[in-house]
Amino acid sequence: MSNEVQTTNINFMGQRHLAMVLSIVLIIGSFVGLWLKGLNFGIDFTGGTLIEVSYPKAVELPSLRKHLTDAGFDEAVAQHFGSAEDVLIRIAPREGMNSAQLSNQVMDALKSSSGEDITLRRVEFVGPQVGDELTEDGALAVLYALFGILIYVALRFEWRFSVGSVTALVHDVIITVGVFAWTQMQFDLTVLAAILAVIGYSLNDTIVVFDRVRENFRTMRDGDPVHVTNVAVNQMLSRTIMTSLTTLIVLLALFFLGGEVIHGFAAALIVGIVVGTYSSTYVASAIAILLGVSKEDLMKAPKEERDTEAEEAELQRIFLEQEARREAREVESNKS
Amino acid sequence: MFQTQQKLITNQYPAWKYLLLVVATVIGILYAMPNLFGDDPAVQISPVKSVVFNAETEKQVEQTLQKAQLDVKSSVFENGKFLIRFKNTEDQLKAKSLLKDELGRQAVVALNLAPATPAWLQALGAQPMYLGLDLRGGVHFLMDVDMEAAEKKAYERYIDEVKAALRDAKVRYLSVEVENGGLEAKFRDIETEKTGMQVLAGQYSDTFILSSVEDSAAPKVTMRLTDKTVAEIKKYALQQNITTLRNRINELGVAEPVIQQQGDRRIVVQLPGVQDTARAKEILGATATLEFRLVEEKGDPYQAEKTGYAPNGSLLYHFRNGTPILLQRRTIVSGENVVNAQSGIDPQQGSSMVSVTLDGAGGRKMLATTKQNVGNRMAVVYIENRVETIEENGQKVKKRFTTKDVINAAVIRGQFADRFQITGLDSPQEAQDLALLLRAGALAAPMEIVEERTVGPSLGQDNIDQGFMSVVVGFILVLILMGWRYKLFGMVANVALTLNLVIIVAILSMLQATLTLPGIAGIVLTVGMAVDANVLIFERIREELKNSSVQSAIYAGYEKAFVTIADANITTLLAAVVLFSFGTGPIKGFAITLSIGILTSMFTAILGTRAIINIMYGNKRVEKLSI
Repeated sequence: MSNEVQTTNINFMGQRHLAMVLSIVLIIGSFVGLWLKGLNFGIDFTGGTLIEVSYPKAVELPSLRKHLTDAGFDEAVAQHFGSAEDVLIRIAPREGMNSAQLSNQVMDALKSSSGEDITLRRVEFVGPQVGDELTEDGALAVLYALFGILIYVALRFEWRFSVGSVTALVHDVIITVGVFAWTQMQFDLTVLAAILAVIGYSLNDTIVVFDRVRENFRTMRDGDPVHVTNVAVNQMLSRTIMTSLTTLIVLLALFFLGGEVIHGFAAALIVGIVVGTYSSTYVASAIAILLGVSKEDLMKAPKEERDTEAEEAELQRIFLEQEARREAREVESNKS
Repeated sequence: MFQTQQKLITNQYPAWKYLLLVVATVIGILYAMPNLFGDDPAVQISPVKSVVFNAETEKQVEQTLQKAQLDVKSSVFENGKFLIRFKNTEDQLKAKSLLKDELGRQAVVALNLAPATPAWLQALGAQPMYLGLDLRGGVHFLMDVDMEAAEKKAYERYIDEVKAALRDAKVRYLSVEVENGGLEAKFRDIETEKTGMQVLAGQYSDTFILSSVEDSAAPKVTMRLTDKTVAEIKKYALQQNITTLRNRINELGVAEPVIQQQGDRRIVVQLPGVQDTARAKEILGATATLEFRLVEEKGDPYQAEKTGYAPNGSLLYHFRNGTPILLQRRTIVSGENVVNAQSGIDPQQGSSMVSVTLDGAGGRKMLATTKQNVGNRMAVVYIENRVETIEENGQKVKKRFTTKDVINAAVIRGQFADRFQITGLDSPQEAQDLALLLRAGALAAPMEIVEERTVGPSLGQDNIDQGFMSVVVGFILVLILMGWRYKLFGMVANVALTLNLVIIVAILSMLQATLTLPGIAGIVLTVGMAVDANVLIFERIREELKNSSVQSAIYAGYEKAFVTIADANITTLLAAVVLFSFGTGPIKGFAITLSIGILTSMFTAILGTRAIINIMYGNKRVEKLSI
């Protein structure tokens, strides 16, 4: 690759109505998924007990389930976890039962029935009350994050951008959650953390585009919002691709190598980053245009900022002249 | 004309910026380094409260280890604790059980992993990162203190007192009971109710809100604890439970237990390295009581300890530090009679003391005993009962364990009933501890485990391996991608990214923040996102190259991209802060590494790359950039 960089000239904004339809379809699809299938909440939110055990050799689930039923745990759900030797057992919270002792009883039952050397890998018990609190706190966290961002962007940019970016974030969150509903992947605390990270990342992307849109509004003669946005998206295209790519690469590494526990987390981020990259152009910018963002709104820039720009231009001019003189001198000295 | 020589764009940094970078790099490397050395299996011996180790203990420890011919790597006595490192885990386990037998209950003997950081790094205060339970294995409990029960108990304790107050004022009552979440004193008619109200209001208006129900069918006075008193009761209940938990965990032998208050009714207990969670739960679930007994002054407790036989009518007990004492078989009063215990200063002698309040029944018994025993000593015994499941001949058996400790023995100075002081305590600290124990044995509010997270050692190691692997693979892939896309500039960015990783590890080590698996995920994500700043800058430089010279393109690329980078990072930081303030344990870990990563990446990706590029291209004639 040479220093020559080609700026693409794709008419992104031309398809913005089509994209709007796509987004609406995706959002409706997510709601349908939530309505039909619901989220497969982990015990963090529902309460209950989760026990991961490891057998020395591959274990048959039907017989293991039978042992559990015999021991009185009819509602226990057992499944392989990562490999044929590892088993994950989930037990719903029981009324009036101190679940803290539950894991001991399950381990005893499994050990006495199989006679094999079973190792306890992990126990998680969350009381129903704690589960409710976590759900509440989680929902609040997402709301507060969105609200804080709404204010920050409104202060730094303009309210139309602010509404655009927050709409894009809500869009990303809904679709990511929708994917979890349709795939029935487990939704636990780490997934919630991932969704908050998606908010951060997607916003990052949106801000970068907005920043360029603002700059273009100030420097370009043609103030047509659609055109200005289009140029900005094109200018930022290679950056967007590059950053999304590096982030996706590490997330794929995390997804495949990070172990089962971190699976849901990585999956949520992968979905979120793909959707987030799309939404910063087609949702955030499109909505800002739809709300009628214009050159005038952004020309009301603070005074000092314009001063520094002027100063910079002056500096640049001086530098260029200086350099031209030096070059001329050098050519001269070379001659002689 | 042109006198703006110094304003010329030459892309040079002032010396202090280079210096700053060099210093940051050196410090980063130094403080990240301890993480490379791994751990030694070790045994940590710390004294139980009020015990101080001396030269004799040291000799005892040394001899025990020598006798067993264990492979000791090093042994240090520091901050009143012994830390003995071994070459392998086998010796470590052997030493632990030997030392535990030898030192008995004066010491907590715990297995530990001691970081094998070289001395010169330790001298700088450099320590490896603190691994969370999901990485090192262990148990996390969240205990919920039953505050409703604590409040109810508090009401029950006042029943006797209220009755006595009414009796003393010669007001006849029908009943005094805990009802409708408060105390209710019922009377025969409105007339008595009115006098009763006066009496009670005179004595209890500080602690209770009293209201009189002048209903001719059932005249009564209702008493509700004031909000301030309730808050105090709850605070006490939590404190007591934390103290008892601490004592019990000493029993378990855990090297670095965490016992912390969370919110206004929860206690977090973290026991790193504990594998036998069943036993841990049993020990934490113990119940405690108190007994007041007279000291048997006639026998010789040391003789009794030697022979194992206590004289008739007496029992052999021990103080916490192991000193034997003989107590009479008959119990004067027990924990359920104790209404309150508070530490304070004795106004006469100026020394520390504990004031104890008993209920009516306890007071009568105490009076009867003290009348005849002025000049004798009375001891307070703290008793803990727990059920443990142990293996016996290959069978699992549930066994009851009881530990009885004498926590105080004081001379009875005169006869007393329901209110008395234990004086002559050595320090306010001792008085506080005694008061806490008295309350813990008498009025602890019940607590329950509401959350448990146990990670076995094999999973912990797997988590470390997998986490490390994903960081390495993700990191290398990003390096390749950047090198391919931005050539020489990409390589510069890669240097900055490496430095970023080193500084993140260094900061985590310095803060001794807990590294969890989600924390590692945060680091991985940071690696992916940290290059964004460089991508933005390099893309901008490429753009600028189209219509300006090399030097000014570099200059403009950095300047113009900066605002964008700052804006974008601040918003991500905003999300991370929200995560931190709302998340619990593991989520917090993710938020911490993400926030640190964002900040350090700004430093390395902007200042770091600029410095290298300035050295390479600054003040030189360059035709073309490798970008």
